[in-house]
Amino acid sequence: MNAEKIRNVIMDNYQNPYNYQKKHDGYQMVNTKNNSCIDNINLYIKWNNDVIDDISFDGEACAISISSTSIMIKNLVGKTKVEALKYIDSFDKMLNCENFDKDLLKDAIVFKNMGNQGNRKICAYLPLMGMKKAILEK
Amino acid sequence: MNRDDFPLLSDDIIYFDNSATSLKPKCVIDKMVEYYSKYPANAHRGDYDLSYKVDQEYEETRELVKDFINAEYLEEIIFTSGTTDSLNMIINGFFANLLEQNDEVLLTMSEHASNILPWYNLAQKKGIKINYVPLDNNYYLTMDNLKKTVTPNTKVISIAGITNVIGDIRPVKEICAWAHENNIFVILDGAQMVPHVRVDVKDLDVDFLAFSAHKMCGPTGVGVLYGKKELLEHLEPTTLGGGMNESFDNPYEVVLKELPTRLEAGTRNIAGVIGFKEAIKYLNNIGMENIHKYELDLRKYLINKLLLLKHIDIINIESDSGIVTFNVNNIFSQDVAYYLNKYNICVRAGTHCAKILKSSVGVSNTVRISLYFYNTYEEIDNLVELLSNYDKILKEMI
Repeated sequence: MNAEKIRNVIMDNYQNPYNYQKKHDGYQMVNTKNNSCIDNINLYIKWNNDVIDDISFDGEACAISISSTSIMIKNLVGKTKVEALKYIDSFDKMLNCENFDKDLLKDAIVFKNMGNQGNRKICAYLPLMGMKKAILEK
Repeated sequence: MNRDDFPLLSDDIIYFDNSATSLKPKCVIDKMVEYYSKYPANAHRGDYDLSYKVDQEYEETRELVKDFINAEYLEEIIFTSGTTDSLNMIINGFFANLLEQNDEVLLTMSEHASNILPWYNLAQKKGIKINYVPLDNNYYLTMDNLKKTVTPNTKVISIAGITNVIGDIRPVKEICAWAHENNIFVILDGAQMVPHVRVDVKDLDVDFLAFSAHKMCGPTGVGVLYGKKELLEHLEPTTLGGGMNESFDNPYEVVLKELPTRLEAGTRNIAGVIGFKEAIKYLNNIGMENIHKYELDLRKYLINKLLLLKHIDIINIESDSGIVTFNVNNIFSQDVAYYLNKYNICVRAGTHCAKILKSSVGVSNTVRISLYFYNTYEEIDNLVELLSNYDKILKEMI
């Protein structure tokens, strides 16, 4: 993916985030934020046993965090807990410049270069931290 | 002005986050290296020359601080780890013992976390009440609003001299005069004020003042607690230990030293305190009035340029300090900060530790430019040029 395409994917998911809405009944809510910046996101997850039926989110965050959340949701709906953990692990490996599963991450590979930008790495990883927390808490 | 004195400014960096911390001139850095290299002994301990030298250097700082804020007595100057530490000592060592259930403290919604959380703690533990003076349309604290909020139970007013988001200078002298007529104490959070304007504790007549060295060209880890001597005599140490005691034969026969040592338990940040001395000398040489005037000129220049940019929303157009807070339309403040960072411009994005202010301003996160005397008109030109092109921000913020 060239730089222009990467930028377009990130901006599209930032300006038109997928499933940006608060949910209540039947949804597990987790908050994800970090100490080094002001990103603050709530994830709402609907489970069907071990399968993710739906995810939505709201909150205030930078373009990278919002678009990473949007892409994560597109990629994880319909996946099982184990598959979601594999996705998170692959994303983590990508940010740490290790071998990762491109097919699993799909559009999320636009964040590959964030691994080299210390202060934005955590922004890209923020929704995955939240998702990991949700899985462990479930 | 004085840019050659700051090692960092020889790099291609534009530093606009002076409310968070200031840069350090070489003389301050050199002084700390001198301590660690030439007389790295403890203070108030030894009968040997090195320790005596440390005592001299350390206590000279106290004298300079006393003169800098025009305190009456040396004993009124206590070295702490910073404004947060000073405020916690004042609140937990003095007011926790004085205040009773339903006594009230008056704050504003634009106070820093350090001037709110210790009061929350006291509210939980002792049942004191916290009231907030409403801010006016410019988010200023006015005497009228303050008088309207005071009740017969109000015992203390605790406010910043200059707030760290809005940057307004509070009418501290007027507040103190009125408060004292009504038997109310005044605590001044001077973190953003003492580095930028002349603060005269006798003229203002504040009861307590807290400020940090690192925001005024000094080292991190050093702060000052000023209190009127007769009040400090009743401030109980919140930390007990070495250096501050005379004797402790058993739990019922503990004798503490006199002020100021009684409130300086343990080995202090000696290098920091000694380095702080150079910072005060440095600021005195420039002159606080010159610093304030220059910052206001710079601010006016910046505001006039930002006002021409339709996509910029300035939160505090009117302000008496070097703080300018704004947002770029429909762009998250952190993305603006990242964009500017690509051009080596350091600005702060967020709530700036004034997290309850957002309910008054209606904006939760902002970009903050905070100026100091070493910033220049050229730096502002660079900043404004980068902010003037909305499409460029949008394109390069990720």
